[in-house]
Amino acid sequence: MNPRTETTLWILQRASAAVLALCVTVHLATIIYAVRGGLTAAEILARTRGNNAWLAFYALFVVAVSIHAPIGLRAVLGEWLGWRARSRDFALVLFAAALAWLGLHAVLGVFLG
Amino acid sequence: MKQHTSYRAFVVHRVSGIALACFLPAHFWVLGNALELDAFLKWTEQPLVKLGEWAIVVALAAHLGGGLRVLALEFLPWQSWQKSLAAAAGALVVAVGLAFALAL
Amino acid sequence: MSASLKVRVWRGGAKGAFQEFDVPRAPSQTVLDVVTHIQRKLDPTLAYRYACRVGMCGSCAMTVNGVPRWTCRTHVDRVSKNDELAVAPLKNLPVIRDLVTDMREFFDKWARARGSFTGRRTRREEFHQVIPSDESRRQADAGIECIGCAVCYSACDVVAWHPEYLGPAALNRAWTLVKDERDTLGLERLRAVAGDAGCHACHTHMSCTEACPKHLSPTAGIAGLKREVLKAALKGEL
Repeated sequence: MNPRTETTLWILQRASAAVLALCVTVHLATIIYAVRGGLTAAEILARTRGNNAWLAFYALFVVAVSIHAPIGLRAVLGEWLGWRARSRDFALVLFAAALAWLGLHAVLGVFLG
Repeated sequence: MKQHTSYRAFVVHRVSGIALACFLPAHFWVLGNALELDAFLKWTEQPLVKLGEWAIVVALAAHLGGGLRVLALEFLPWQSWQKSLAAAAGALVVAVGLAFALAL
Repeated sequence: MSASLKVRVWRGGAKGAFQEFDVPRAPSQTVLDVVTHIQRKLDPTLAYRYACRVGMCGSCAMTVNGVPRWTCRTHVDRVSKNDELAVAPLKNLPVIRDLVTDMREFFDKWARARGSFTGRRTRREEFHQVIPSDESRRQADAGIECIGCAVCYSACDVVAWHPEYLGPAALNRAWTLVKDERDTLGLERLRAVAGDAGCHACHTHMSCTEACPKHLSPTAGIAGLKREVLKAALKGEL
């Protein structure tokens, strides 16, 4: 990797962080609201089924996380495990793809209910 | 190096990040099985699981707080120690407040 | 507080051990006084560095009770617990012998960060007048007093975890030059300080800022570099 690419990763990390700051705040507020009096699948799905706004919100959330988490782990792997070879980046791309796939599958799941 | 505030904030930020990165694939996988969601939700009523949920919520709040600290230090005009302390305190308040709210 | 100190001093190279000495206490005694006493009166084979002994040159920097400090400006009373003291060489640098480290890598990284001035004018022209109260100059001045003692480099955990990381001192110096309106290196310096080995590896632990004996904040300078690199990247210039 060269400094330009590494700078791009840093920019993506900070940009996704800004998006996540908003998403996480909404998500935490939703959790606290929803958890009162217990949680059922019916309650969750009643909120998300067929709801375009939630679909868009969670899709954005998943995309932002799929960018943010792997780049964050990249530093941890490099600094605490000494893993700095190219294989680290391959593994993280796979992780990002997995997160995006599982996440969007989940978002569609609760949208289509 | 020595254990000073900013360093502690970093450790919390990093550890909570690792915890969240481990949690998320499982979280997505469970939600993807929306049809069996109620069965899963029954399992989550166990006390240990509730504790885990609370820990993850605290981790999320702490990671958010730590992240706001980093964004402030990197993008706002430099104000030295006040920023670090203020944000660290903010993160704590957010984390604790949410933790209690969740426990209700 | 008793009349003497139990001082453990690192002997050897990367592999070695602490050796214990009994050193008589004296009023206003500094850690440098202690090390000097050991070398002159107890064991002449002890290797250590110092020069000005008044807190100007940074040569006497060592690890005292786990913390990197200038030993000439560290009073024993302030740092000793139970009349004990542990003195070791600076961390994150190869040990030549005992308390002496090999500073070459520290200065090599300084050069790799393009930490030296590149100007345009010659002696045949009027010198460039910089207004001291200019925002750019004030920011440069906030980090300009660095004497290259390597205390911050020794305090930094990212340096310890990531051997290629240029480190707080080199990056701080690069920042003061980025803010120097006379300097012409521009993008070349930004490219030198960007990336995994540069400013983007800083995680704002602020150990450098905690440790700096001149109360500089390399963290602030490195944050400034991140912003400058961002600007250049967004303009497609990087």
